[in-house]
Amino acid sequence: MKVVVDMNKCQDHGQCVFAAPDVFSLDDAGHLAYVSDPDDALRDEVEEAADVCPLQAIRIEA
Amino acid sequence: MTARIVVAGASMAGLRAAEQLRAAGWRGAITLVGDEPHPPYNRPPLSKEVLAGKASFESLAFRPRASVSDVEWRLGRKAVAAALDERTVRLDDGTELSYDGLVVATGMRPRRLDCPGPAAGRHTVRTLDDARGLREALTRPGARVVVVGAGFIGCEVAATAVGLGVAEVTVVDPLPLPMAGPLGELLGRAMLERHEARGVRFALGTGVAGFTGEERVTGVELSDGSVLAADVVVESVGSVANTEWLDGNGLDLADGVLTDARLRAGGRPDVVAVGDVARFPNARYDGVPRRVEHWCIPTDTAKHAAKTLVGDAEPVPFAPLPSFWSDQHDFRLQSFGAPVLGKGDVRVLDGDPEGDVLVGYHHDGRLVGVVALGGQAMTASAARYRAELLKQPALTETVSG
Repeated sequence: MKVVVDMNKCQDHGQCVFAAPDVFSLDDAGHLAYVSDPDDALRDEVEEAADVCPLQAIRIEA
Repeated sequence: MTARIVVAGASMAGLRAAEQLRAAGWRGAITLVGDEPHPPYNRPPLSKEVLAGKASFESLAFRPRASVSDVEWRLGRKAVAAALDERTVRLDDGTELSYDGLVVATGMRPRRLDCPGPAAGRHTVRTLDDARGLREALTRPGARVVVVGAGFIGCEVAATAVGLGVAEVTVVDPLPLPMAGPLGELLGRAMLERHEARGVRFALGTGVAGFTGEERVTGVELSDGSVLAADVVVESVGSVANTEWLDGNGLDLADGVLTDARLRAGGRPDVVAVGDVARFPNARYDGVPRRVEHWCIPTDTAKHAAKTLVGDAEPVPFAPLPSFWSDQHDFRLQSFGAPVLGKGDVRVLDGDPEGDVLVGYHHDGRLVGVVALGGQAMTASAARYRAELLKQPALTETVSG
């Protein structure tokens, strides 16, 4: 699975971290970091993360 | 004939309901009916980025999941009546849709002030078209703006207007502090000071008696008789549930659509309500049904309601953890839990109300909500309390907000 976050849109709300902690995290400064090619087994939680992103910045490309 | 679920309301809650019906295994037809001409879009930017001219419609539109590529959209149409015993919904063009399942997602509309005076020059911010019209008015040279209502939307609009360079922006509210209803006094005062420091004026503790002007608004008359000159008035005084179309079916529509814990309306297995319009009990709190106008609620309720409609054998209790945010000027408010239930016992958990601050709200000594105000580090610190709030057992006594 390929995940892309539009970093121009992202405002570090961190809702994706709650939904998919294996894929998204916030660093010590509170800024987003993520795994761009997570295992397909994580699809449900990544879809959830995309749903709850207030900026709708997360795209699942495949 | 193929079985069909009709989703009345094609905003975020309607879209999420359709997607979650598919995720729950519904393979029949889905028809979404929405009164706006636009496909579903994200509303929070309307009072901020859209007003500021920093966001296009394309950037607001939701990307529907592939699973709903085959649903039927009836946009620019609204449901005007329903006969739940017959399982039909009538649209404003006379079309009658029959259904096997109905999702009520018709949301809210802005409450309007019922005061004498002209209508031209008075705005609300609920739809994309509202926001575009207001932006045009705010960017006219020399615009003088009065925002009625010092809640989140009103304060966001005031902050955006100041950011656009509008010289005169005044917020009017009968309460003594902005946003104190949901946030309490400590943060209400902190927000007042921040807004004033950035050039927003306030007329607090006063209502609106009327509007001056002939063809267009020229001013806002306050309840003490004084008049604030204004070319642009923004009414942000709450909202009204769009439920009239459900009248006559024996539902409790006193404030939105009353549902049970599985989001069913009127005990009907084939009718659920989602989003702003649903008044549902939250198993996390005291079981009193409440409507919740937070951005995350459409997604939370859609997931739960879809399982109800499609027939989930083992329902889990519906207990979403509320959360909301608001961006004003250069800082963010981020809330987790239910601060409104703990306004009587407010404690500073971190920082200082003069700067970045994290505030805890307690009921009977127990933390029920946290709100961070400030920059990214403080909102990240609020997130650390989220896990604690999630772990807590349900509140068993009735709490009045």
